[in-house]
Amino acid sequence: MIESQLPALQVVVPLISAPICMLLRRVPMATWMLAVAVSWLCLGIALALLTQVLATGPISYPLGDWAAPWGIEYRVDRISAFVLVIVSAIGAVVAPFSRASVLREISLRRVYLFFAMYHLCLAGLLGIAITGDAFNLFVFLEISSLSSYALISLGRDRRALTAAYRYLIMGTIGATFYVIGVGFMYMMTGTLNIADLANRIPQVADTRTVQAALAFLTVGIGLKLALFPLHTWLPNAYTYAPSVVSAFLAATATKVAIYALIRIYFTVFGAAEISEVFLIRQALMVLAVAAMFAASLVAIYQNDVKRLLAYSSVAQIGYIVLGISFATSTGLTAGIIHLFNHALMKCALFLALGCVFLRLRSVNIGSLAGLGKTMPWTTAAFVAAGLSLIGIPPTVGFVSKWYLIQAALEKDSYLIAALVLLSSMLALIYIWRVVEAAYLRPVPKGQETVREAPLSMVVPTWIMSAACIYFGIDATRTLEVARSAASFLLSGAQP
Amino acid sequence: MSAETTILLALAAPWLGAVLIALTGYWPNLREAVTLMTAATTFVLVASLYPEVAAGARPSVSLWEMLPGLSISFEVEPLGMLFAGIASFLWIITSIYSIGYMRGHHEQNQTRFYAFFAIAIASALGVAFAGNMLTLFVAYEILSICTYPLVAHHETDEAKQGGRIYLGILLTTSIVFQLFAIIWTWMITGTLDFTDGGILAGHASPMVVAILMALYVYGIGKAAVMPFHRWLPAAMVAPTPVSALLHAVAVVKAGVFSVVKVTVYIFGIDFLTELGSSEWLQYAAAATIILASLVALTKDNLKARLAYSTVSQLSYIVLGAMLANAVGIVGSGMHIAMHAFGKITLFFCAGAILVASHKTEISQMRGLGRAMPITFAAFLIGSLSMIGLPPFGGLWGKWYLSLGALDAGKLGLVAVLMLSSVLNVAYLLPISFRGFFSNPDTKGDGNHGHGGGIQEAPLPCLIAISITSIGCVVLFFFPEPIYDLLRLIVAN
Repeated sequence: MIESQLPALQVVVPLISAPICMLLRRVPMATWMLAVAVSWLCLGIALALLTQVLATGPISYPLGDWAAPWGIEYRVDRISAFVLVIVSAIGAVVAPFSRASVLREISLRRVYLFFAMYHLCLAGLLGIAITGDAFNLFVFLEISSLSSYALISLGRDRRALTAAYRYLIMGTIGATFYVIGVGFMYMMTGTLNIADLANRIPQVADTRTVQAALAFLTVGIGLKLALFPLHTWLPNAYTYAPSVVSAFLAATATKVAIYALIRIYFTVFGAAEISEVFLIRQALMVLAVAAMFAASLVAIYQNDVKRLLAYSSVAQIGYIVLGISFATSTGLTAGIIHLFNHALMKCALFLALGCVFLRLRSVNIGSLAGLGKTMPWTTAAFVAAGLSLIGIPPTVGFVSKWYLIQAALEKDSYLIAALVLLSSMLALIYIWRVVEAAYLRPVPKGQETVREAPLSMVVPTWIMSAACIYFGIDATRTLEVARSAASFLLSGAQP
Repeated sequence: MSAETTILLALAAPWLGAVLIALTGYWPNLREAVTLMTAATTFVLVASLYPEVAAGARPSVSLWEMLPGLSISFEVEPLGMLFAGIASFLWIITSIYSIGYMRGHHEQNQTRFYAFFAIAIASALGVAFAGNMLTLFVAYEILSICTYPLVAHHETDEAKQGGRIYLGILLTTSIVFQLFAIIWTWMITGTLDFTDGGILAGHASPMVVAILMALYVYGIGKAAVMPFHRWLPAAMVAPTPVSALLHAVAVVKAGVFSVVKVTVYIFGIDFLTELGSSEWLQYAAAATIILASLVALTKDNLKARLAYSTVSQLSYIVLGAMLANAVGIVGSGMHIAMHAFGKITLFFCAGAILVASHKTEISQMRGLGRAMPITFAAFLIGSLSMIGLPPFGGLWGKWYLSLGALDAGKLGLVAVLMLSSVLNVAYLLPISFRGFFSNPDTKGDGNHGHGGGIQEAPLPCLIAISITSIGCVVLFFFPEPIYDLLRLIVAN
């Protein structure tokens, strides 16, 4: 009985919890406990949905029993179930971590606000992944974005406010573009249901309106996923946000936006093959390669490690988009697997920085000196995830790279393959700057002695780092899901 | 105990040892005991595989699929047996030596040192026993990473700089060239298993084979073919036991071993001979042999000179592989073994000199042989073996390599090997001769504190030095176990 309601619960549970947090404003710790419980519940639901989808195929859930295309349809297929698992798993690890970190970085009277926003953000992100309705996707996109603006602005540094404001402007432009695109499609097809759109778009694919819609959608979502050169909101937002927020958003927000892009390209426009008309594939490829190099090069020169990782995110998004732009089974597999892998490693890295910030109140490279001795577990977790970012086997980054190269070679793009490998060497440079600072520089004289971060923070960090290694040693299971999702998307994804 | 279990135990033992070393770090004596025990256990396990492999069997074990269709799997074939045997045997000796050296030299962070040392050996064994190219690559990369803390051990600016060059070159070559080649091979052939006769035959055009061969040879940066050799001299900032075992044996031999392995089991020597795709790489190797020797001549720092000597000697092995004939492969295998014993002796001596007299430059070592006769005698033995004179093992490597070059009809390459021997004489022999026959340079020694009272190195160091230098002689008289093993590779 309850199983059939899982798709709705996936979104409703965190959505309802947000106002509950407001009621619990007097007992901030209760909001935290609620966040942990809700995150784990969401993970459980997501895993149940994934199992169900892998076993029996896509699930369709008419919201309020209003049948599609009039009502809103929730639709769980392999790719959306996979994204649901990623988002909720990150939430489930970040939530327990957040207690100590939030108490340190956010004043106590705002803690309940933080967790209220966290729940909203989680609901929005899960909603984007689960909905089968293009306009509903916009609604969830806005729920997640608005709550993340608020989350970022909770940062201690006053610059968090301008960072959030900038994100707000850029994000709103993105959302507007997206909704314009959806409007154009609605104009031509009279439907907002994604499955319906997929059926009807091919007949009107030659019209300029639909082509303009695709352009608006690409730019709109491109802003949300921080596709180079639309990434300018991201570095400041990640740098000045509270540590937990950086970890959570870096691992989920851009990933879900990429999911939306995949959805639009391969489901809505899957049968239309419109991408060839526009050279969109080639354009994406060029932007992806540019992101890999430009953002990595900028990352090398950052002294604030959070900002360094933010630029690295822009570069890594380039890898994902590159995989998608091949539009082949292997390429899409590479993109989807890197979606998962990058979520793991970026989350681990930002969590490790959260531990560092808790003790040092700074994440500047200069202040990390001697950290290998004073906070050995945190630093080791950072190194493990950092190696993954470079793509050293046996870590998840290696698996992503393997598939990306394979996709490039399948298309005889030897140059692209070489560029991917070369750009990963840039990651070596910026990660190693941190490693050298932490291990090869002595603790500055006169600095107060720092202890290792509390277990409640180190354990989640290590869960993520260990996952980076575990899914690198045995990548068959995640690859199986990614591959079947890719072939499902490429099969035209007819309902 | 089945061979499969033995393989896994041999691979696991050093890892377990590393954990125990980390746990017993507060009690140095216990920690060193653990190291020695682990090394001995590992060697016994590896050695117990020898009879089976020598009888022609190839025990293998497959663990799990890492990527769809690609497993982490291990197979002990003769070449891997040889490399693993040498690495694990010399680990015991190096452990003995390390105790004397690390304590005598008052090194910091010894627990970290011993733990990463054990992991390095574990990865070297992983390279040796790898059953396919993916497994080899994974072990190869772990080896690069886990030796970084050893290279940067002193945590000084110099160590930092050395570590950067070390990791930068090794990771860049392996990822940009080698990984590229591996994925390309996988795309062409659909397999990465090491197979007799190679897997590429019939799948690739001569052009592609030539490109792949170059990607592999330069991608395996640990083989230090010029111009990707700079990491090896840079790694000399490490404590001497690291230079001795890792940068004369385990790491660099993992490199040339991989080159030979790829040549034999990925390309197949018949296929290569037929295409001639590896011919120009013979000249690249020959150039490295000569150029590195010439650079060695100019180095006054003893460890730097030995490092360039290693670069040169490694290219002997690469040359043997690129000759792509049976005798050449045997020569490469022989030289892996012979050079290991000779070079580790030389490094041990360099470290002993450093511990006993705090001297690093060759020009300071005049007359030092009188104070340290055992060390300098061993250095002479190692040098002679390096040059390839009887009755020392080094002869056999050069012998078979020259035969291989003749077999391939390349008289020029024989001349290169001979010229290189002359250069070996020029840069190695003066060191021990000066040590014994020159008058001590007394200027400036008085205020040094160590001037008059230089004694032999600590006993553990001397024991280790004696064993390896005796090994050089023994290998001259009894090379059969190695030769028989290597014949098996090319017999099929």
